[in-house]
This record gives sequence, structure tokens and C-alpha cells, in this order.
Amino acid sequence: MREINVSIIKEVVKDLCMSCNYNVDKNIRNCFLENIKVETNNMAKEIIDIYLKNQDLAREENIPICQDTGMVILFLDIGQEVHLVGGNIKEAINLGVAQGYEEGYLRKSIVLDPINRINTKNNTPAVIHFNIVEGNNIRIRLLAKGFGSENMSKLKMLKPSDGYEGIKNFILETVKEAGPNACPPIIVGVGIGGTMEKCALIAKEATIRSLTDKNEDPFWAKKELELLEEINKLNIGPAGFGGNLTSMGVKINTYPTHIAGLPVAVNISCHVTRHEEKII
Amino acid sequence: MENNKKILYTTIQNRDINNLRAGEMVYLTGDIYLARDAAHKKLVELIDSNKPLPFDIKNQVVYYAGPCPNRPEQVIGSIGPTTSARMDLYSPKLIENGLIYMIGKGYRNEKVKESIKKYKGIYFIAISGAAALMSKCVESSKVICFEELGTEAVRKIKIKELPLIVGIDTLGNDVYNNKFLL
Repeated sequence: MREINVSIIKEVVKDLCMSCNYNVDKNIRNCFLENIKVETNNMAKEIIDIYLKNQDLAREENIPICQDTGMVILFLDIGQEVHLVGGNIKEAINLGVAQGYEEGYLRKSIVLDPINRINTKNNTPAVIHFNIVEGNNIRIRLLAKGFGSENMSKLKMLKPSDGYEGIKNFILETVKEAGPNACPPIIVGVGIGGTMEKCALIAKEATIRSLTDKNEDPFWAKKELELLEEINKLNIGPAGFGGNLTSMGVKINTYPTHIAGLPVAVNISCHVTRHEEKII
Repeated sequence: MENNKKILYTTIQNRDINNLRAGEMVYLTGDIYLARDAAHKKLVELIDSNKPLPFDIKNQVVYYAGPCPNRPEQVIGSIGPTTSARMDLYSPKLIENGLIYMIGKGYRNEKVKESIKKYKGIYFIAISGAAALMSKCVESSKVICFEELGTEAVRKIKIKELPLIVGIDTLGNDVYNNKFLL
């Protein structure tokens, strides 16, 4: 048994909120640096150059890369040998978010009721997912998810007979419709299988897989690359003005499903996809 | 492109506007207003109930943006465009009432395009997700109404050479449908 005080979790959440909003994922940066060498569309080149300068400035001056500093989503993998002490873990997490957004000069974008829409003024509550895993550590993955891209995401309950073709068409259709609204170059997170909520959840996790990783399943590894190639032929390009870089990566997560179903979720994430991870 | 910057002032003359074409990059200088979803809803409610607006929108520029809070040494926090499509419901009414220039990102619907064509307006696209850099184009910022909306409050800001792409021109050409124009 290992005791962990929730105040430590609060501090980590606070730091991650600030850090992920100032420092772009290095793989995104590398993807841009590679693209700018080969892009032939001048406008696309110019936009990528602006994005790189924006990333530099945000990092150097500790200011948000994007004004939409997002809704905070957390995945906490808690080892079953951990005993949490010092208070309520959800309250601690939300306090970390509130302090991070206040002290970090980040935008408060959360409204309490989806219809009455009164701003909570501290960017809480976060969306929190707890998983119990083996061991005595806590792994925290934090996302600050912007809604330009979140709004362009989709979920569909396909039929088993729709097969891979159905999935592919749904992904391409979603990306086309998202167009410039989702702030391309995008990361396309896909969840296939499970139930309605499960496919949405694994699609979200797919958006924060490393851009350089490779799907463990050779079938899906191949599909991820094929889909990426197809999407990058759409000529949506950076900010939607055309070009070869519409998507930086397609990531597909799967889960066993029911004999009658083929749920698919496509979660789109923008060119500043902000996420960080820490193990306590 | 840096060498032959096309600078446009918010006190734009009609003939200059009519010469702009979808896909062109311009740099805008002058006073503009920030208003997004919640402020648009309130403005249209005021118009519908024949009440005066808290600021005159005639011949003005509205930018769909909600900035981050500023650090003490900053004029404004990071600022970039939000998705314009959410304002599509409100824009034609504002255009009818004198608003001409809009700045945002992404697609507009047919109704907005028609209004732009009819009233000779322009839809500009700001570069999404370059908000740290764009904050450097802002010289002053002041909340003028709806302060209770937090980041969605209406602000009047002074910008200098904010880079924009003409999204929909006075003829109704749409950059996203006409990529060849670039």
C-alpha cells in the first residue's frame, strides 16, 4: 500500500494545465518542420511558418498557443495499491484546474449548464476518467481540448455489414465536413468497437497517442497509414487554404464489440493538440 | 509576401473593398470590436425588441474572438478566431443593420454569403491557432459591454496590421470553394 496525498495530484494538474497550453507537443513541431521542406503550396508554407513562429513565442513568453485553452480532460490510471489521502480527489483535481487557469492567464471557457450557459469563471469542472490498474503509481494524462475541433467530431453506430469500407467512408466524410473549422492540420482519433460511450472514449485517447507510435496490430497499423495518405490528398491543408498537410496522424483504437454492432467515433483534434502526461 | 504587404484600414473606402478578392492576404489596421456567440445572441435580441445597441455597428468590423486574460505586461492575452459558422444565425441581421466586415475562421452558410453580396460586405479569415503571435497586433483593448460574459464580453480593440485572408469578397466568391484563386 502506498499513500498519496491528493494535494500532490492537485499540484500536478495545475502544472500540466499551464505547461500544455504554452508548450506544443514536440512531435507536432517536428511534423511542421518536415512539411515545410516539401510543401509546394505557397500559402500552406506561409501558414505553417506562422504556426512555428506562434509556437516559439508561446514557449518563450509563457503565453497560450491558442486563445481556446480548452476544456480539461483527465485520464487517471490509479494503481490498485494506492491509498488516496488528504481529501476528495475530484475536488483536488478541479482545484488544480482552477488554480492553473487563473495563475496561468488561461481562458475560462466552461459554462455550468449547457442551456443556461453561465460561465463558471474558473474553467471547471474538468471531465475526469478514472481507471484502476495494477501497481502503486498514478498515471495522469491531461488534455486541454479546444472546441473548434471537438465540435467537428462524430459518432455513428454502423452495421457489421458496413465493414471497413463503411468505417473509412465515415472517417473521410467527417474530415471533409470538418474542413477549416477544425483548425487543420488535424490529428484524427478513431475509436472502433465497444459500445456507444466506449468508442468515444477510446477515440479521445487515440488523439493523444504519440504521433510517432505505430499501432500494435499490423492490420490497423496499415489502415492508419492508408487513411492518413487518403486524407492528405483532400487538399484541405493548413487552416483550410489547401496543401499537402491536412492531417498529422490517424490513430485508431479498437475494442471488442457486440455481434450486432460496429460503433465508430471520430474525434478530431487541432494543430495545437495539447496534452501532457505525468506519473506520480 | 512580407515585402508587398497590402495594408487596409478599418475606415476602408468602398472602392478598395470592391477590389479585394477571396484568397488575398491583407493586413488590417484600426479599431474593431470583439463579439462571439453569447454577445451575438444579446445583440440580436436587442435589435428584435427595437432597443438601441450598446455600440454602433454601422460600417464596423466585428471579430469573432474571445481572448485569454492578459499578463500584467500584456495589452491582451492570446487571441485568435473562433468558428464563424456559429454566428451564421445572427450575422444577416447584423449586416442588415449596418455591420459590414466580419473576421472569423471556417465556412459561412448561403444566407450569410447572400447578405455579404447584397450589402457589399467582406468576410475575413484570421489564422486559427496562431493566437500568441496575433496578440502582438493588438495595441489597446477595452471591455465596452456585457462584462458579465467573461471572455465573451464585447471589447473594442485597436489592431495594427493583423494578417487576414479574404474569405468571402463583395461578389460572393468563397475562398474555400475557390482554392484556385490563391
